[in-house]
Amino acid sequence: MKTREGKKKATGADLSARGEPFLWGMGGALALGLAMILGFLVLVVWNGISTFYPKPVEVVHLKDGTLVAGEPTRSERYRVPKHELEGMDKESRAAVMEDGGYGHRTLYRTGNFDLYNEDFVWVSSHNIREVQRPAPMLFIERVEWGPFIGTVKALVLRDKTIEAKDKVLDMLHTEHRKAVERRKRIRHLERNEIGVVNRGIEKERLALRRAALKHGKGSEEYDRVKARSEARVLSLENQYGLLKREAEDIKNEDRQFKVILQDVRSTKKELLLSHIVRFYPANELTALQKLGIYFSRWLEFLTHEPREANTEGGVMPAIFGTFVMTVLLALAVAPFGVMAALYLREYAKQGRLVSLVRISVNNLAGVPSIVYGVFGLGFFAYIIGGSIDQMFFPERLPSPTFGSGGVLWASLTLALLTVPVVIVSTEEALAAVPQSMREGSLACGASKWQTIRNIVLPKAMPGIMTGLILAMARGAGEVAPLMLVGVVKLAPELPIDRFFPFIHLERSFMHLGFHIFDVGFQSRNSEAGKPMVFVTTLLLIGLVAAMNATAIYIRNRLKRKYYVGHF
Amino acid sequence: MEHVLEGSKEKFETVYHPKEGQGGRILDIEDFCLWYGRQQALFNNTLNVEKGLVTALIGPSGCGKSTLLRSLNRMNDLIEGLSVSGKIVFEGENIYHPQVDVIGLRKRMGMVFQKPNPFPMTVAENVTYPLKVDHVRDRRILDETLEKALKGAALWDEVKDRLKDSALGLSGGQQQRLCIARAIAGDPDVLLMDEPCSALDPLATTKIEDLISELRGRYTIIIVTHNMQQAARVSDNTAFLYLGRLVEYGETDAIFTRPRLKRTEDYITGRFG
Repeated sequence: MKTREGKKKATGADLSARGEPFLWGMGGALALGLAMILGFLVLVVWNGISTFYPKPVEVVHLKDGTLVAGEPTRSERYRVPKHELEGMDKESRAAVMEDGGYGHRTLYRTGNFDLYNEDFVWVSSHNIREVQRPAPMLFIERVEWGPFIGTVKALVLRDKTIEAKDKVLDMLHTEHRKAVERRKRIRHLERNEIGVVNRGIEKERLALRRAALKHGKGSEEYDRVKARSEARVLSLENQYGLLKREAEDIKNEDRQFKVILQDVRSTKKELLLSHIVRFYPANELTALQKLGIYFSRWLEFLTHEPREANTEGGVMPAIFGTFVMTVLLALAVAPFGVMAALYLREYAKQGRLVSLVRISVNNLAGVPSIVYGVFGLGFFAYIIGGSIDQMFFPERLPSPTFGSGGVLWASLTLALLTVPVVIVSTEEALAAVPQSMREGSLACGASKWQTIRNIVLPKAMPGIMTGLILAMARGAGEVAPLMLVGVVKLAPELPIDRFFPFIHLERSFMHLGFHIFDVGFQSRNSEAGKPMVFVTTLLLIGLVAAMNATAIYIRNRLKRKYYVGHF
Repeated sequence: MEHVLEGSKEKFETVYHPKEGQGGRILDIEDFCLWYGRQQALFNNTLNVEKGLVTALIGPSGCGKSTLLRSLNRMNDLIEGLSVSGKIVFEGENIYHPQVDVIGLRKRMGMVFQKPNPFPMTVAENVTYPLKVDHVRDRRILDETLEKALKGAALWDEVKDRLKDSALGLSGGQQQRLCIARAIAGDPDVLLMDEPCSALDPLATTKIEDLISELRGRYTIIIVTHNMQQAARVSDNTAFLYLGRLVEYGETDAIFTRPRLKRTEDYITGRFG
């Protein structure tokens, strides 16, 4: 007893009682968490932002006499393998040995995949004799095969061949602009105008099929429909032929405009002008020109469709798909979740059963999302979608309309996935509405529903919105279940377009999250996809942040309306 | 009615000597008992409320005065496991009859609560809320009622320029008068007040008391209060409740100057409670 008291006197109080170590622990945990988030953001934002900035093109003279031209992508220290060490000259081997067997190497993006069969090549510093940045080197982005790095040899305009001289770049620019116009025209003809005709023909085919299913093949009605539809198909096919010929004419014209390129090893390559997306003399750009290219690449990324197995071009369909899906998700989940929570909190008799339901709802939030995907595919797509097809679109069978994944089923699946979040937060918001408010309203002669409608719901609205924001954020970032219920690598058509009925909920769609997965891990060259992964990630984060910011803005406006002047 | 207090085996009989109003009786509480689950909170209360007068309910904490008040417009219905026996007759109708329209009943009894509970809306929307639930949309009627109710609650001069502002920006006393305005906007017969001044400062309390005096005669007012001076100042009749039983019900002056029962005297002189 005595000793204990003595001890206490000496230290004042023991360390654990003062709580200081815990304070440091808690602060440290917070700091660590913040550091991780910050590090993640800096990584994504820096890589995403810098990707599109044009880099110089270097020509590397190797000691064995070969030439490599490309954009230096990154460099690193590496352990030099034995066989490489043996082939080295004395000086560089000594340098490597001195560094403990480590050397230095740089990854060059050489492009010219059609010539070299690879996009990237590692170059070790000890193999380099000389590095130059020659002015005439061009970086050319192509519609196919990735970029080309090399010089212009000649320009072929119909039957005129112009050898490369000083002014060839200016000429290339003007001719390229015309070629791009031709490419756009061909694309418009093939995609839009011929698309409309094809759509018409398909419609006639379906009408005929419907008549056959409804009246039988021999019936009078069928014959009438057949006669009418054959006439229409004939005229449509005529139109098709005309458009096709027009497109062919432009293509033939287009084929006469070419550029003859030459890579750093003097291999020649002929390229149609219209197949060039963009070109620039990488080593001769002013800062302003670089910025111009930078922004034009961003514009292309945001507004164009992907090319080259998604590793190049834009992600507009994916942005659009993600947006449409998230909006549909919010539209589906908000009324569902709020109504369920209202019943649970305001109407249901609080007892064992309600507790059980509440626990189940909470547990639903922890079910792995892929399980929802399987459920969505089995229930929504196959059972409900299959029945809809049977009932409303029998003429299209066996090709499914609603009976396979689509943006509607994906949204509903995600709504199911996120409904627990909305229920839980709505219940909390409802519980936080003071009882005195309800009593005040009831005492005024309001019914229970009027009280909920006029007093409880408005007061709980900010809390409900918070739940909805969380649900949207979770839904927009979810990928695994979507792969089962409607997301595709490349969707030919957007879920909303100018053709009746304008909103096509049955269509499969592209999604930024899946796009990241696809570009990063499913493309032919993951190194080429890497920058796109970062840019797309940045975009996805940006999109989710923008949608959340909108929701938060709405919530704060509501809050201001209902919470002013707390005394 | 003879009462036996648990524990003490003490017996007493309720004493009645209320002042009679000119309009006759508006509420007859007959042998009213109330249970929260198994716990009985009110024991055989019998009490007549005179029309047009102010009746105060006093008694120590937990004596059931608020419970009795909230039984009158059936606000207790919100509590699960509640059961009652006996009758409360309001203008010839037992309000605990199963076919009574509770919403209609509440519309005829305005209620003011312990803590001001304005809704998160504008001042005007607050006052016209009873009309809103009745789907009154006529601007003219709404404006008339608004002005009348606010003048009735002696608030008009203070808020007439802030009708479109949030009611939550008003001071505590103003908020409580707003709640009174809201209660009288529906033109009720009875005003129930559950300790309306307990959350207010003395100045605001005086204003509310003056208001109650002004409203006397126009409405039948039943007020629960902890403050005996307040009961003495504003009420015509006073009912003293103790442990769920009505002990003495009589003219306020008589209760506070010559209580008939020892227990009442002990309470009002501050010897217990």
